[in-house]
Amino acid sequence: MCAKLEPSVETGLQFFGQMTASISHEIKNVLAIINENAGLLEDLALMADRGTAIEPQRLKNMSRVVMKQVSRADAIIKNMNCLAHSVDESIKTIDLNDILELLTALSTRFASMRGVTVQPKLNESPVTLRTAPFFFMNLLWLCLDFAMEAAGEDKIVELVTQKTEDGVEVLFKRLGGLTGAPLRSGPAELGKGLCELLGAELEVSTDNQEIVARFAVDIDRD
Amino acid sequence: MSEKVLIVDDEKDFLDIIAERIRARGMDVSTATSAEDALNMVEAESFDVVIMDFMMPALDGFKALKLMKAEQPEVQIILLTGNVPEEKRIEAKALGALDVIEKPPDLKDLIQKIKKAKKAQSKVRGKKGRKKK
Repeated sequence: MCAKLEPSVETGLQFFGQMTASISHEIKNVLAIINENAGLLEDLALMADRGTAIEPQRLKNMSRVVMKQVSRADAIIKNMNCLAHSVDESIKTIDLNDILELLTALSTRFASMRGVTVQPKLNESPVTLRTAPFFFMNLLWLCLDFAMEAAGEDKIVELVTQKTEDGVEVLFKRLGGLTGAPLRSGPAELGKGLCELLGAELEVSTDNQEIVARFAVDIDRD
Repeated sequence: MSEKVLIVDDEKDFLDIIAERIRARGMDVSTATSAEDALNMVEAESFDVVIMDFMMPALDGFKALKLMKAEQPEVQIILLTGNVPEEKRIEAKALGALDVIEKPPDLKDLIQKIKKAKKAQSKVRGKKGRKKK
């Protein structure tokens, strides 16, 4: 038997895999720092046994580093938890600001690997819409992943949200690297199934150096 | 002569402490926080072993590994990584990495690998020296 996944399910699984692999890599980095500090403590204790005094400042510094890493891991795990809970309800009302904050946090390592900074310009008031949160985030991730590759010379990708008459838009701006070449592997191609599922539209504009993702305020009303 | 080691990692809190612990075990350790800096250092002086994070901003471990091997073919490179799929591990070894170690590393094990790498490198250098004569 050869099972074939729905394209949106396949894209969703890939998104989940990419995010959790990145999170596990980050956690391993945190563990490595804590592990080295524990090892150094052991080294210092052995030296103290042989009569070398331990400077209290050293211990304070090590404690500060460990606490910093614990809080870093805590933030990573909180984001992972939010991602995991995004599949709890297939459709629900979300605040776009929360989703963009989460997506920016989840994409930090991907951005840093490319030398890119992602700058979300969040609305002062909540921008709510009723949608499928996980797939919504998946589509935004496809856009962001592509946008990071197409960032201009300043290597900044701006995320801007705006309300429209019948929905909301997320704009990925400052994409100086966008060219007129056909975007076969671009978000419009990759996110086709997700757009259908979410009733969304994607527009890649080389003139404005941006990608615009348009969503209806209510997935069921589209 | 003590082992001359270059450790490359963009996580400075990790880099500083592992370098100090390896130094305390009698090795001559230099550090770099980017693959670009490490490449410049490898160009400027020779190292017995380079221990390098696999995933770093701008220049990833594979590219850095290839460039370093092109610059100093004898240098022994151990890659450090959070997680690595088996196919990447095989690819890294095919490109000339001596080993791929997962973070957090076991220091005793790492020290053994550095010593082994230094021996392997001395052999290569010895053979090259004899060929030149």
